[in-house]
Amino acid sequence: MSTDLEQFYQIFFEEAGELLEEMEIRLLELNIAAPDPEDLNAIFRVAHSIKGGAGTFGFTDMTELTHVLESLLDKLRKDELELRSEMIDTFLRARDILVNQLNEHRGEGSADAAEVAAIISELKALSAGEVADEEDASTSVSSMPQTASSPETVSVNEEVIPYRIEFNCADLSKPVMDKLLSDLAQQGQLEVISDPADEAVCILRLATAESEEDIWESLAFLVDPAHLSIGVDEQPKQPIVEQAKAEQIPVSSEQQEAVSPDDKVPTSALTQKTQIASKPPSSSQRKSAASHTGSSSSESSSIRVSVEKVDQMINLVGELVITQAMLAQTASQIDPVIFEKLLNGLNQLERNTRDLQEAVMSIRMMPISFVFSRFPRVVRDVASKLNKQVELKTIGEGTELDKGLIEKITDPLTHLVRNSLDHGIETPEKRKALGKPAHGTITLRASHQGGSVVIEVMDDGAGLNRKKILEKARSRGLPISEDISDRDIWMLIFEAGFSTAEVVTDVSGRGVGMDVVKRNIEGLGGRIEIDSMIGKGTKISIRLPLTLAILDGLSVSVGDQLFIIPLTYITESLKPAEADIRTIRGQGRVVQVRGEYLPVIALHEIFNLEPVVKNMHEGILVILDAEGSKAAMFVDALVGQHQVVIKSLESNYRRVAGVSGATIMGDGSVALILDAVGLVNVVKRKITHAA
Amino acid sequence: MLLTQTQDADATTSEATSAIQELSCDEFLIFRLGKEEYGIEILKVQEIRGYDTITHIANAPEFIKGVINLRGVIVPIIDMRIKFNLGTAHYDQFTVVIILNLSGRIIGVVVDGVSDVIHLNMEQLRPAPEFGGVIDTEYIIGLGTLEERMLILVDIEKLMSSSEMGLLEQADK
Repeated sequence: MSTDLEQFYQIFFEEAGELLEEMEIRLLELNIAAPDPEDLNAIFRVAHSIKGGAGTFGFTDMTELTHVLESLLDKLRKDELELRSEMIDTFLRARDILVNQLNEHRGEGSADAAEVAAIISELKALSAGEVADEEDASTSVSSMPQTASSPETVSVNEEVIPYRIEFNCADLSKPVMDKLLSDLAQQGQLEVISDPADEAVCILRLATAESEEDIWESLAFLVDPAHLSIGVDEQPKQPIVEQAKAEQIPVSSEQQEAVSPDDKVPTSALTQKTQIASKPPSSSQRKSAASHTGSSSSESSSIRVSVEKVDQMINLVGELVITQAMLAQTASQIDPVIFEKLLNGLNQLERNTRDLQEAVMSIRMMPISFVFSRFPRVVRDVASKLNKQVELKTIGEGTELDKGLIEKITDPLTHLVRNSLDHGIETPEKRKALGKPAHGTITLRASHQGGSVVIEVMDDGAGLNRKKILEKARSRGLPISEDISDRDIWMLIFEAGFSTAEVVTDVSGRGVGMDVVKRNIEGLGGRIEIDSMIGKGTKISIRLPLTLAILDGLSVSVGDQLFIIPLTYITESLKPAEADIRTIRGQGRVVQVRGEYLPVIALHEIFNLEPVVKNMHEGILVILDAEGSKAAMFVDALVGQHQVVIKSLESNYRRVAGVSGATIMGDGSVALILDAVGLVNVVKRKITHAA
Repeated sequence: MLLTQTQDADATTSEATSAIQELSCDEFLIFRLGKEEYGIEILKVQEIRGYDTITHIANAPEFIKGVINLRGVIVPIIDMRIKFNLGTAHYDQFTVVIILNLSGRIIGVVVDGVSDVIHLNMEQLRPAPEFGGVIDTEYIIGLGTLEERMLILVDIEKLMSSSEMGLLEQADK
């Protein structure tokens, strides 16, 4: 029967994961001096839900820890204890351990048993700290959310409300059912109205002090919420039970015959007729469903879909767009007077496909808050380790970008934030001495700018020291002139092994990382820029394309072929003067652009094509800047700027040197996307070889 | 009958026989290259289409004509006539491209023409004889006989994944 439970495991893992994330966010938001009772309640509910779920599946280690956590939280929210900042630290650690435990049950990673024991005793100590007489609360297994003391006091202190619980138990196995009933029995006085053993619909009456929401939570892991209804049973207790027993049996058996468990209409109609409940169950059912929707709107307003399905849809829409473009091109050649209706239809098709494409692309889009939400924790941990006071501000969390990018941007951003914390923000003493507020500020800002997303990491710290970087660069033997621009100097910190930190800490300073950050961002088709002012702070901006699947490109023609150059690598394009083109030893050619000699990549030579334009000064040079090295690419003509859908060449063929992928143009033909970095490096090697 | 033949045949032909026995189906698509008739397993064929605009790929071997857009998928096109040095490689509206699906990889091959799909029994199959031909016998499953016709059955997957084609990494079997 374990397989029955296993199919719910995945749901529990996902939900518990989300709950733990919520817990972290809430914990970090807590104002220690004056905690919002609503926040404390929310954290308590999260712990309680995890405990309920873990208990149901027999993950006793998680139940144990959440239970202790819950006891402490309960005292906090009832003002029996005062919130202290070390409690937050302990809670955060407990949360991390819960994450480890969850991963362990998932079969990935493991939780350290000693650590678990340590945190439990720490939580117990905190909880026992000021209220000694409450010690029994931490040992009572089923602590009530409303009452901290033992269940006997429930009826005295709290109003006991009789609930009527109806759900479809046809697909629940006997062990699951027994477990569920025993869980409910712990929460209050339980009566089974219709026997779950042989009925498709299980009707229970539960007299408890818990709220409707709590009952939902304890059932939701096991019972399909669509077939679950909880309502307040307002009738006096004793007579109903008998009446219900008498009346419910034909109803349920009728429903069994009807097979469809979804069909609740006969039940409600009959129960209404027999006047069992003063409120018709159908309306209470609807009401409770509505209230549940309200309490967790994110759950019901979104669905989980696998990424493959979305990608497949994006591919199909991409094809539709291409087909539409082909139709439009064909239609442009026909007589607009005779085929007016056809052309109108095509115009409409174009509009609709564009809307459809936008809508489909937006499915993969996620708000950047998914990345930003992890930084409060990072900043908190690192700042306390470094004894710095840092405030984190986030702006534009709603900015959306592709899911693939979101996943890949997290590590580089974390690195930049840690760097700002370590090198940027000064210690409180130093800051005060400089006349700055003691606590530094790190700002994360995301915004859309044209077709790209810009993410900025700003700090009001020391800023980059030009002199120090210059010295460091010289000591490493980099040939750098005195009048190099600030911007070029800042870019030096992205060189491998470059660190100006005097002390190597475990946070940063080893000079590894910034080069990786730059490489990762360029790998995503993005660019990175630094602005800095000594004593004022540093701003690092990352510019990323909106998605990985679409690229902004310039199409160029060479002979009869079209090539796409990614726009991010292009700095300018120009028509050279004949005198500007020189050769080196008669082999490599260079072109002089504003005093700089750039190697020339002749695209037709690399791709063995017959160019239309043979003389370089008659064609166009596109100046590329790829990972710091510049080169000029010689092409016949510029064709236009497009957003192209990147298609893999390797999936059916193999890697081709100088080509990073392919795309399909409006007329259905294939154009190759040039690998600017690869081409520039090849030419650079050739020139150095020749010289 | 086939088995007795195998016993006194040399190592290469016994390999070829085992290739015959490994065949996943016994229906073949027959295509022409010059005057010769070749067969490939029908299950490897995805579709047959005409030859249209191709984007050339730099520095690829001559027989790799380039890539086409097959409903949004980039598919490389190989001209078998150039590869096997058979027939004349000219392209018109009658030029045929067979789109193959080899373990998920999609490849198009240009041939002179496609004639029919035939069913061959085990008795109609012969191991390939050892001789230096335009095509290495390593890539021949065997020879099929149908009335007066001789059909050369090609192990297209092995051929396409061979290093001399330089087309793809060793396909997962």
